[in-house]
Order: sequence, then structure tokens, then C-alpha cells
Amino acid sequence: MSAIQPPPATVWWKQPLDRLEGTWIVLSLIWCLIMFFMMPYWHVFGKQNLANEAYRTTPEAYTRKTQDMVDKYTVRKETEQQIPVVHPPAGSDVYLIARLWNWWPLLELESGKSYRLHLMSMDWLHGFSLQPENINIQVHPGYDHVITVTPTQAGTYSIICNEYCGVNHHTMSSKLYVVNK
Amino acid sequence: MALNRMFRTCPATGLKFHEPAEALMKANAVAAVVSLLVGGVLALLVLLTRWPAVHLLPADWFYLVLTGHGIDMLIFWIIFFEIAVLYFCSSTLLRCRLATPKMAWLGFWLMILGALMNNFAVFKGDSSVMFTSYVPMGAHPAFYLGLILFAVGALIGCFVFLGTLVVGKAEGTYNGSIPLVTFGALTACIIAVFTIAAGAIILIPTFLWSVGLIAHIDSLMYRTVWWAFGHSSQQVNVSAHVAVWYAIAAIVFGAKPLSEKVSRGAFFLYILFLQLASAHHILVDPGVSSNWKIFNTSYAMYLAVLASMVHGLTVPGSIEVAQRAKGFTKGLFEWLRKAPWGNPVFSGMFMSLIGFGFLGGISGVVLGTEQLNIIMHNTLYVPGHFHATVVIGTTLAFMALTYFLIPVLFRREVMFPKLAQWQPYLFGIGMSAFALFMMGAGTLGVPRRHWDITMAGNLMPHEWPGTAYLMIGLFAISGLVAVAGGAAYLLITVGSVFFGKRIETPGYQPVRVAEGRAAPVPAQPVAAAITGHGNVGVGGMVAPGTFALAMVLLVSFVLYYFVNWKYLSQVWPLK
Repeated sequence: MSAIQPPPATVWWKQPLDRLEGTWIVLSLIWCLIMFFMMPYWHVFGKQNLANEAYRTTPEAYTRKTQDMVDKYTVRKETEQQIPVVHPPAGSDVYLIARLWNWWPLLELESGKSYRLHLMSMDWLHGFSLQPENINIQVHPGYDHVITVTPTQAGTYSIICNEYCGVNHHTMSSKLYVVNK
Repeated sequence: MALNRMFRTCPATGLKFHEPAEALMKANAVAAVVSLLVGGVLALLVLLTRWPAVHLLPADWFYLVLTGHGIDMLIFWIIFFEIAVLYFCSSTLLRCRLATPKMAWLGFWLMILGALMNNFAVFKGDSSVMFTSYVPMGAHPAFYLGLILFAVGALIGCFVFLGTLVVGKAEGTYNGSIPLVTFGALTACIIAVFTIAAGAIILIPTFLWSVGLIAHIDSLMYRTVWWAFGHSSQQVNVSAHVAVWYAIAAIVFGAKPLSEKVSRGAFFLYILFLQLASAHHILVDPGVSSNWKIFNTSYAMYLAVLASMVHGLTVPGSIEVAQRAKGFTKGLFEWLRKAPWGNPVFSGMFMSLIGFGFLGGISGVVLGTEQLNIIMHNTLYVPGHFHATVVIGTTLAFMALTYFLIPVLFRREVMFPKLAQWQPYLFGIGMSAFALFMMGAGTLGVPRRHWDITMAGNLMPHEWPGTAYLMIGLFAISGLVAVAGGAAYLLITVGSVFFGKRIETPGYQPVRVAEGRAAPVPAQPVAAAITGHGNVGVGGMVAPGTFALAMVLLVSFVLYYFVNWKYLSQVWPLK
């Protein structure tokens, strides 16, 4: 009679639905559909969506593009490692390299302006995690991932790696500067 | 070939155990508990390292221990136990002999060999690649080979289960359809076969890559296929622990399903849609389109979530109906207040149900929403979520079932009965708080799988807010409580199985049963009336208390879901 025994009625599928289950199934189904349509809705009306823009490329080609940007728009160098700080023009393509175990170069963006931010790894998987904004994006080797990003507030942000990438994973952190024009 | 047709009848429950099946269940359960012991020690080490106040291990050891913890718990503990559950749900519940016990033993030993080989690779120190082993980070070949052997063994177990269903049907050991619990186990088994196939597709090439026979494995392809294995294996757990919930409701209360049609239909939705969950893990990856992400991450419009919401209603609903029939009909909740809260079989199961629904279920849907994933991906929110599903949901349900199996399967009395009463509370409440605070830290952006979030000595460290440290401190303390609960479970189980007082039945002898029948099949109830339950409850509902609880779940779900959209709307515009 119980759930660990075969159903007593051999034609158990003819038992009518009672009100309890019927009501709950209808309510749950409505909620499921709302949640489902929320995602396409946000693609149309929401502001935070990932574009489906990505390109297969090689570390060499990607590094070359990054180096071009660094050569053109470096404004200063920071830390004893002389990491270039790049201030690219608004609306331009901005490249960030993820590799064991740093982000390169340092970026300085203007608030209220949009940039085409490119992310790619040179070696293993990494995770782009912008804090305290809390934007998290997976970074793959071989895939140049383009995200159009619009910083809203000036300040110094951190980029940390949040995909485990080996024993020095915890040292892979960097800065992102947002300045007012 | 002579078949062993010896059966033992449990004097307390009337269940019939086929001797070879019984031995296999015991062996698998023991292997599961040993894995839990190893994984539990590693859990403590992980916890004490992530807690900045203690920060016990150096980085290389931390990542090694975290890899071992994930694999020993998520794979070895759970799957060994599930194989035992599969044999119980087929051979024991159908009162029939287990198909091909020798093959089942082969599967068992392959699983043991695989588990040992994988642990060997991890502890050797060159395979700290985490549970997920994302390429191009590589592990020792023995790491992958161990997993492959284990999976082959588990696959044999699945086919022994399916074969046993065939045996039961052919030898006519039961009437009509298989029991609901067996149907749930069948669901788990079908998903497991799919899961293991996906695992083979990805792990065999990765193994060949690790020995140098394949030059390159694409990292995105790996994540997509690996998660068809990795997430689906968690759906095996969901199906298995939901089946265990139904079993415990039946064992403790004699509860019968509200309607076979609805419960089985919900399991069937699992079979159809749960496999799509690979997408949950690649919502912020390049190279996969939003259309693909939205369809897959929602299990085709959340139909599998619907199934879980149905089980969440029908399991407590069936308990409520059984309790009301016994006279606990006062108000909405007398049936629940007067439930046997001192019986760990029930208390563990009920906390598993509540924790899985409120913490694991809701957080899982939020985390698996395409855009919301941007503010949670790879933060501590992720382990917070899956500790609520896998540990509170699956592990706690299995622990509860253990208290039933110790006397019934192992024929021993449960040692330390007072501690056993408290154990589910210690573990369940500790783990719930742990998961909750971990999700809190994740909401603040704290990354998972990270040795040192203070980032001491970094060139450009990030300063986390004080609340993040508070959350971590709180989850560490809650985690210690859960570890204590886990240790209590191990003490009780190991103690009872090896040193517990034997339960002797005078004049007991195993019975040889002709034609594989454990007992004469109960006479077919002639045209058993197809009826509902009659209206035992208030408001035309058979289980109004359960409906009220379900509405609390739904309202919390809706509020929490939209709060997260609110959070998302405040971050930088992205497109």
C-alpha cells in the first residue's frame, strides 16, 4: 500500500488528481514559465547581458593586439614590475590578458563611457572577477571573448582570478581604474 | 549454474533479503562510509584553511586536500551508497533474487580499484586539479584512469539493477507495477547511465591526452561535456534521495503516495529534462549562444524544477495524510508537531527535504539563471548552493536511511541511541547555516577554491569588506558543527556495524525459496478501488498543512528570485 510496495490498483494512472496536487502543479508551472521568460525579457529590456561575441584566436595574435594597444595608449607605469597603465579612447577595443598568474596590462577607463573589453587566457582557464562590482566571467584559452562594458562610477576596482589555476591562483589579482573625464 | 535462492526475512519489517544482494549492499555501504570518513577529514582541513583566523595548510596542500574532499564525497561516498540503494530498491523491494551477483561483485571491485587509484593520484601531489579537472591543467594519468574504472564499475551496478527488474518481472515476484520507490531508483539509474556515457566521452580522451596520445583538448568543449557528466551525476543524487524520502515516509508512517500518477510523472520529467544542466556551468563562457544557454539552463522551461516542486509537496503531503488518518487532525500542523522528531530516520529525512527545497533548490534556480549567474559565477555562492543540495539533500537523506539499515540490513542495534537522536540536528542545522553563510560570502563576491582571500603579499591585493570576513567566520563555525555531526554519524555507524549488539531472532534460518520467489505473491486485490484519499483535511485539501508550507516556499522563492534581479540591475551595464 505504501510507496515501497507495488501500487494496489493496477490501473493507478486513472486515480483522479486531487485538488491539493492540481492547484500546486498549476501554481508551480506558472512560476516556472515566469522564470523562463524572465531571461529573454532581460535580454530585451535589461542592461546586464553577455553578448554572444567571441572569436577563436591564438595567444600570439591576441598578444599582438594587446601590445599594439599598450604601445599606443600607455599613460604611466606602476609597481616595481613597471606594469603599463593603459588609458584607451572611449568606445575602443580594450584587451586584457589572463595568464599564470597575473592580468596584463592595467586598464584605466572613463566612467559613463562604453568599451569593447576583450578577455582571453594565454594558458589555463581563469576567471575574471571584478570587485566589489561583482561581475564574474569565465576566461578560456583560445577564445577571445568580447563584452561591451560601461563603468558607472569612478574608483579603483580589483580584478581577481576566481577560477582555480594552480598553486599561485591566490596571487592573481590586479586593479582596474575608472576615472571621471 | 546453481543459483543462490536463499532469502532472509527481516522479523521487524517483513522485508525479504536475498543473501547475495544483502552481502553486496553491506559491502557497498561500508565502502561508502569509509569514503565519507576520508572525505570528512579532508573537509575539516579545507574548512580550517579557508578560515582566515586559522589558515592551517600551505597552498599546495590546500588544493590537494580540496581536490580529494570533492571527489571522495561527491563521487565515492555518494555513488557507493547509491549502488546499495539500487540493490535494496530492486532485489529487496521486489522480493526477488539479484541478477548476476558475480557481475555485481566485479563492479564493486572495479569501483574500489578506481577509488584507490584516483586517491593515490591525488595524494601523490601532482593531481591537484579539483573535482572538475578542467583542461588544459593536467593531472596524473592514474587520476583519470581511476575515475574511468570507477565509472565502469558503477555502470555494471546499474545494469545489475536493471537486470534485477527483469528477473522480478519474469519470475513474477510482485503484482502490477514496480513500487514508487523502485521507480525513483530506476529514474536515478537511467540518468546514471546517461551520466556515465557523458563521462566516458570526456574522460577517455582526457586520459589519452594525459599520456600523450592526443595533442589538444578544447577547454570549452571539455567544460560542456564534462558538466553533462558532472551535473547529471548530481541529478542521479536528486532522484536517489527523493526515492529515499518516499521510502522513509513509507517506512516510518506507512505513507502511501498521494497519487502514483503525479509522483511517477514527476520522476519521468527528471528523466526527460535533468540532463540539460551542463549549461548551468557555462553561462558566462564565451562561444555558447544565449539561446542555447536559456533553453538548457532552464531544463526546457524549468520542467525539471516543476518536478522537484511536485515532490516537495507530495512527500510531506503523503506523510500528512498518513498522520491525519492516525488521528492527528487538529489545525494545520498537528500532524507535523506530533511526528517522531526523536527518530533520526524521520528527523534526518525531514530536514533533508526542507533544506533541499529552501536552501538548495531556490539557490540553484537563481544561480542557474543566465544573467544572474554573472553576479555569482565561481564565488562561494556555488559551493554554498551545492552543499545545500548534495550534503543536506543527499547525504542527510542517506544518513537517515542508515539508521533504518543498521538494524534491518546489518542486524545490529544502533549504538549510542541518544547521540543518534541528536546527530541529524547537529549535522542538518550545522550544514544549513554553513551553506547559508557561504552563500552570503558569495553574494559579496568572495571566490571559491581560493587559498587566501586576504591576499597577503600580493602585488595588488583586494581588500574585502568586513562583512565578507564575518560571513566566512560564521560559515567556518557552522562547518565545525556539521563536521561534529558527521563525526557522530561515523562513530554511530562504524560502532554499530562492528561492535553493536547483534539482533538475534530465535530459530532463525535462511529460507530456500523455489523459483526465486521470496514469498508467495500477495493475492491480487480484486479491482482495488481507484479512489482519492477522501477529504481528511481542511478546505477540500487532503493535506492543507503541506499546502501552507508549500506556499511559504513559493513566496520565499519569488521574493528571493526578484531580489537578485534587483542586485543585478545595479551592476555596470554589459552587452
